[in-house]
Amino acid sequence: MAEIIVEEKAKGGKRKAKKHPPHIDMTPMVDLMCLLIVFFMLTTAFSKAKVMDIILPEKIKDPTKQEAPRISASRTLNILLGPNDKVYIYPGSVKPEDYSAVPPNLPPLTETDFSAEGIRMVLLERNRALFRKINDFNQEVISGRISISQDSARSMVSKLKSDDDTGPIVLIKAHKSANYGNFVDILDEMNICGIARYTFVKIAWYEERMVELASGGAASQATASAN
Amino acid sequence: MPKIKLPTKSPHIDMTPMVDLFSVVLIFLMLTTTMRQPEPANVDTPFSISETPIPDFNTMTFLLATDGKIFMNFDNGPDTLLKYRPKILQEMGNRYGIEFTPAELRAFEKMKSSMGVPINQMKEYLNAKDNNVRNSLQTGIPIDSADNQLAMWILFARQVNPNIQACLKGDSKTGFESVEKVLDILQDRNVNRFSLITSLEAAKINLEEIQQ
Repeated sequence: MAEIIVEEKAKGGKRKAKKHPPHIDMTPMVDLMCLLIVFFMLTTAFSKAKVMDIILPEKIKDPTKQEAPRISASRTLNILLGPNDKVYIYPGSVKPEDYSAVPPNLPPLTETDFSAEGIRMVLLERNRALFRKINDFNQEVISGRISISQDSARSMVSKLKSDDDTGPIVLIKAHKSANYGNFVDILDEMNICGIARYTFVKIAWYEERMVELASGGAASQATASAN
Repeated sequence: MPKIKLPTKSPHIDMTPMVDLFSVVLIFLMLTTTMRQPEPANVDTPFSISETPIPDFNTMTFLLATDGKIFMNFDNGPDTLLKYRPKILQEMGNRYGIEFTPAELRAFEKMKSSMGVPINQMKEYLNAKDNNVRNSLQTGIPIDSADNQLAMWILFARQVNPNIQACLKGDSKTGFESVEKVLDILQDRNVNRFSLITSLEAAKINLEEIQQ
C-alpha cells in the first residue's frame, strides 16, 4: 500500500530521479495501530481478577481438649445452602435432645433465594443498626464531611463491626447439592449487608435432613447422582 | 481587483508524529499487559462486590472445574532467581521417588497454566511436545485419602514459599462437594485463610426500602 511518489523526468534519453524525499502514505498504518491500541486497552482493563478474602475458623482436631465456642442462640441465624440456588434459613440452634428424638423434632426452615428481595432483605432486617452506621459513615467519607485516608476509613468500618453487639451471628452451611457460586454469593451478601460476625461451618447431619425434607427430594436426588 | 488564487494542492497531512505517538502507546500497552494464560478447564468465576485485586506473586491457585477435576498452579515468586516452581516439583519428586532432569524442571518453571496431572505422569506431561497430548494427561490431581497428592503439593508449596497464599478459582456451577474437599485438605494443613477469585459486580441497596 505504501505509495511512493517519485517524480521523474526524461532528460537526454537518461532517466534520472529528482532529488525529492519519497512520500509514504501512512494512513493504513495509523488505522492498524489505532485498532491494536483499542484492543490492548480494552483487554488490559478487564483482565485483572478480583479476590474476596475469607478466614475460616480453625479446625478443632481434638474435641475432648477444645470446646466449641458458645454463641447466644437468640442472635444466631443459620443459613443452609440448598439445591437449585435455594437458601434455607432458621434462627437459633437445635438442641441435642430435639434432633436425637424419634422422630427428630426439627425447626421449620424458611425458604428464600439470592435475589435482592430474598436473603438480602432478611439479613438487612436483622443487621439494620450496624448497616445504618456503616452506611452513614461511608456517606460522610464520600461527601467529604470527614476527610480520612482510605486505610483508616477501612479500619473505622472494621471497628464499627467489632463493636457491634446486636447484629446477627450468621452460620453458613452448605448442603452437598449446593454449588460454588452459591457459596461465593452468600459470602458476598455478608459483605454487602455489612454483617459483622459470620462464618462457614460444616453442615450437621440433621441439617442435611432438614434441607432434603424442605427441598422435597431435589437435594437427595443431587446427592444420589453425586455418589 | 484580481482574485487571490489559492494553489490547488492535495492536502497532505504529515502523519509521522502521530505514528510515533501511537507506536509508543502500543509498545507500552504490549509490555504492560499480562496475557491471559489458557487454562486446562473453562471456568466462569462467580461475581462479587470485592474490589481487591488478585496478588501477582506468592499465590497457589486451585482451579475447580465443573466436572470435579482439581488443577493447581503456583507462581515463581517475585524474583526470577527464587524459582519456586522447580523447587516444589523437585520436593514432590523426592517424596514420590521420581528423579526429574534439569530440562524437565526448566520446562515446569516456564509453564504458566494450571496443571492437573498425577505425579507418576508428570514426566510424560513435561516431555510432551503436543498440547493435545498434554491436555489428555490432565486428569486432575488425585485427592483420595489413600493417595492425597494435592495435600503433598500444598505441603511442599508452603515449605518452599512460606508466604504463599491460597486462592480458589471455581466455576459457579462446580458442585460443593469438591470445594469442600479442597477446603478440608487445606484446613488439615492449617491453611485457614483463602482468597476466592471472583469477577466484579456492582450491588446497590436501597436503604429507604429497608427502613419501612
